[in-house]
Amino acid sequence: MVTVKDYTGLTSAWCPGCGNFGILQAVKKALVDMGLEPWQVLLVSDIGQAGKLPHYTQGNVFNSLHGRALPAALGAKIANPELKVIVIAGDGGAYGEGGNHFIHTVRRNHDVTYLVHDNQVYGLTKGQTSPTSDFGFVTKTTPEGAPLPINPITLAISVGATFVARAFAGDVDFLAGLIKAGIQHKGFALIDILQPCVSFNHKNTFAWYRERVHKLEEGTYKPGDKNTAYITAQEWGDKIPIGIIYREERPTYEDSLPALKQGSLVDQPIEPHRVEKLFSEFV
Amino acid sequence: MVEQINIMVGGEAGQGVQSVGHLLARAFARWGYRVFADQDYESRVRGGHNFFRVRASRAPVGAILETLDILIAFNRESIDLHRAEVGKDGVIIYDGEKIKDVTGDKLISLPLEKLAVEAAGDRMMANTVALGTALALPGYDLPLLTGLLRDYFGGEAGEKNVKAAQAGYEQTRKLASSTFTKKLSATEAPTRMLVSGNEAMALGAIAAGCKFMAAYPMTPTTPIMEYLASKAKDYGIVVVPAEDEIAAINMVVGAGYAGVRAMTATSGGGFCLMVEGLGLAGMTETPVVIIEGQRAGPAIGLPTRTEQGDLEFILHAAHGEFPRAVLAPSSVDECFWSVVKAFNLAEKYQTPVLVITDQHLASSYATVDRFDVSKVKIDRGLLFRGDGDYKRHAYTESGVSPRAFPGKQKALVVTDSDEHDEAGHLTEDAGTRLLMMQKRLRKLYGLKKDMVVPHNHAKKGETLLIGWGSTQGAIEEAAENLRKDSHKVNRLHLNELWPFPAEAVALAMAEAKHTYVVENNATGQLARLIRRETGKQVDASILKYDGRPFTPALIIDQVLKEGC
Repeated sequence: MVTVKDYTGLTSAWCPGCGNFGILQAVKKALVDMGLEPWQVLLVSDIGQAGKLPHYTQGNVFNSLHGRALPAALGAKIANPELKVIVIAGDGGAYGEGGNHFIHTVRRNHDVTYLVHDNQVYGLTKGQTSPTSDFGFVTKTTPEGAPLPINPITLAISVGATFVARAFAGDVDFLAGLIKAGIQHKGFALIDILQPCVSFNHKNTFAWYRERVHKLEEGTYKPGDKNTAYITAQEWGDKIPIGIIYREERPTYEDSLPALKQGSLVDQPIEPHRVEKLFSEFV
Repeated sequence: MVEQINIMVGGEAGQGVQSVGHLLARAFARWGYRVFADQDYESRVRGGHNFFRVRASRAPVGAILETLDILIAFNRESIDLHRAEVGKDGVIIYDGEKIKDVTGDKLISLPLEKLAVEAAGDRMMANTVALGTALALPGYDLPLLTGLLRDYFGGEAGEKNVKAAQAGYEQTRKLASSTFTKKLSATEAPTRMLVSGNEAMALGAIAAGCKFMAAYPMTPTTPIMEYLASKAKDYGIVVVPAEDEIAAINMVVGAGYAGVRAMTATSGGGFCLMVEGLGLAGMTETPVVIIEGQRAGPAIGLPTRTEQGDLEFILHAAHGEFPRAVLAPSSVDECFWSVVKAFNLAEKYQTPVLVITDQHLASSYATVDRFDVSKVKIDRGLLFRGDGDYKRHAYTESGVSPRAFPGKQKALVVTDSDEHDEAGHLTEDAGTRLLMMQKRLRKLYGLKKDMVVPHNHAKKGETLLIGWGSTQGAIEEAAENLRKDSHKVNRLHLNELWPFPAEAVALAMAEAKHTYVVENNATGQLARLIRRETGKQVDASILKYDGRPFTPALIIDQVLKEGC
C-alpha cells in the first residue's frame, strides 16, 4: 500500500515557514488517501517557487515554462487520459502570464486539477506586485499601490468552470480534502490556495488569514447554485470563505474526442498503410 | 513541342474561382496530364481579385507560366489585369451580359449566367458553365467531365453541375470552338493524384502516425489542421484548436512528452509566438514537429502571399543553444516525405524538427504518383523498457537517452525546462550544466548523418543555380530552357537545410563557373548561410520579394543579365 514515504522527494529550496510546505504536505496526503502511486500521477508545473513543488515529492514531472503549465498538461492528458494530471502554478503564472490559457482551459473543461499557489506577490523575483495583490498593495514595482486585483474565483465561474474551490495553505487537512475532491472531479478543478509569503508579503500573513478564513459548511452551503457561488466568491476582507464554492457536472473536453474512445492515444499503433485509403479522394 | 495548356480563372472572392480552378486541374489529371496549379488570393472573404492558374502538360511541371491560353474572367478586373498575359492564340471567356462594353481582341462572350439558369435553374452555376466552356475549347472529353462532377459533388448537386457544365460545353462547341486552335488529346497515362502542398503534408502526418495536433488557424497552413480534423475520427487523431499559438506549441510538447507523435502548423507570425515553446522542446528533449508556411512579413505583411523570408529566423529561433533539424520540401511530393521524415528525426533525436515551406508550395496543387506507403518506415528512436532504474536524461555517447512514457511503467519520467540532472531534476551545478549541454548538442552529429546530401546536377564548369524549398520547379524549368538555348546552366537544390550540407555545397561551388542563389526574399538569406557554413561567397543573388512566386522566365532573364 502506498504511504506518504513513497512521496518523499528532494530537499526543498523554499524559505523556512513558507506557505508552500503546507501545500506540499496536502498534495502528498491527498495522493496517499486516494491510493495513487507516483507512477500514476503527472505533475506539471509552472516556474517560480511553486513550480519546484514536483521535485519535492514523487511522480512523473514536467516542469514547464512560465504561464504555460496548463497547455503542456492538456497535451499530456489528451495523449494519455489514464494519467492523473495535477498542474501547479503561482498567481503570476496562472492569472498573469498564463491568463489566456486559464480561461480557455476552464471553458473547455479539461480533466485536470489546477493548484494555484496564490500568495498575492511575486516571490522568486523578490517582491513585485502580482495579478492578485490587494488593491493599494505597495511593492517595489507599485510604489503608489497595486491596481484592482483579478478575482480568479468569479472569473472561473463566469467562463464555465465546473469545480472552483478556495483553500488556505495553513489548513493542511482541509486543503488535502479539497485536492482529493478536485482530482476526483470529472473535469477541470481550480483550487486557488491562499498561501502566505513569509518573505515578501507582510500583509496577507498566516495570522491575517487565520482571522478571516471560514469553511463553507457542507450541507448548509450549496455549491451547485451559480448565483450564490458568484456572491460567495466575492467575499474578501473581514471574512474569506474556503471550500468548494461552485461545482457542476458537465462532459469534459476529453469526453468529446472520438479518438479517445479506443483508449489512450499513446497505446494506439502506428499503421502507415491506412493512409492509402484516402488517396482516392484526390483523383 | 510538348502538348500543354495554361488556363487562368479570375474573379472576386466568393465567385467560385477556387472551385472552378480546382476542378479544371482535376479534369486534366484525369486525362493523364501532369498538372501544376497555383492560387493568388487576397486576404478577404468576399470581393477583391483572386485567380487560380492551371498548367497541364504531358511532361512533368513544377512551375507556372506567364502566357495564358485561356482566361476565364468572372469580372471586369480579371480582364483588365490579365489580358496582357493572354498569348497570341489565347482567348478570354467572359459573360458579356454581365460585363458590358468590353472591347478588344481575343474575347469570347458567352451568356454564362443565362445558361446556368436555363440548364440548372441556378445562376450560381455560372462558374460550372464556364468550366464546361474552358474544357470544350481544347477538346476535352465530355463524359469524363460529367463523371468528375458526379464524383466530386455527388447526388443532386452533382446532376445540377453536370447540366450546367454540359450547357457550357455544348454552347462552346457550337459557337466558339473554331476560334481556339490549341487542341489536346487524352493520354494513356494513369490518373495521378492532384494534391496541394498542405494536403500532402497532412497525408504525410497521417502516414507517420501523428496522433495529436494543436494549432491556431493561419494562412497558408490552415488546411493542414482542417484536413486532419476531418480525419480525426477515422484515424484516431486529436486536433485541438488552441486559444493561441503559444498554447498550441506547449500542448504539442506535452503530448510529445506523454509519448505520442505530435505536431503543429503555422506561419511566420504564429511561429513567432511559438519560439519559447520551441526552446522548451529542445531543453526537455521532447520530439515535436512544426510546419512553418512562410508568407510575406514582417508583422502581418502580405497575409496571403509567398516569401522565403523566415530561413534565418527558423535556424536561430529561441534563446540558448540546442539541436534542431530543418527540412524544406521543394515539391508537393516532397511535402509528404519531409513530414514523414520529420517525425522520425524528432523521435530519433528527441528534439524539435521544423518543416519549412511557404504559401506558394502549401497552396499550390500538383499531380503526384500515389505515395508509396510501403516506403514509410517508422523509427521511434531509443525506448526504455522495464521497471528498473530510469533516468530520462541519462548521459550517452550519441546524446540520445532512452525515452519512457509517463504512466506506462513504474519508472518515473521527470524533465524540466530548467537545466536538470540525468534524473530530470533541476540543478544549477556548473559541471552538470556542461555535461548536459554537451549531451544535447552531440545529437547534431547523428542528425547530420541522417540528412540527405543534395544532388549537384551541374557538370564541372557550368553555371550553378542554387535554391531551396518551393523554388525548385521554376529553377529547374529555367535551367532546362537555358540549356536548350545552349547555355551551360544547371542547379543544386537544398531540401534539407539544417544541419547544413556544407561539404556538398562547397564542392559544387568550387566546380561551378558562376554561382547564383535564387530565393524569394530581399536580403539573400541562403547566400548568407552558405557563406557562413562554407566560407564561400556566391557570385550573385537572384531575389524576389513582392509576395509572388518566381516563374521560369523571370529567372532566365536574371541569369542572362548576370551572365552564364
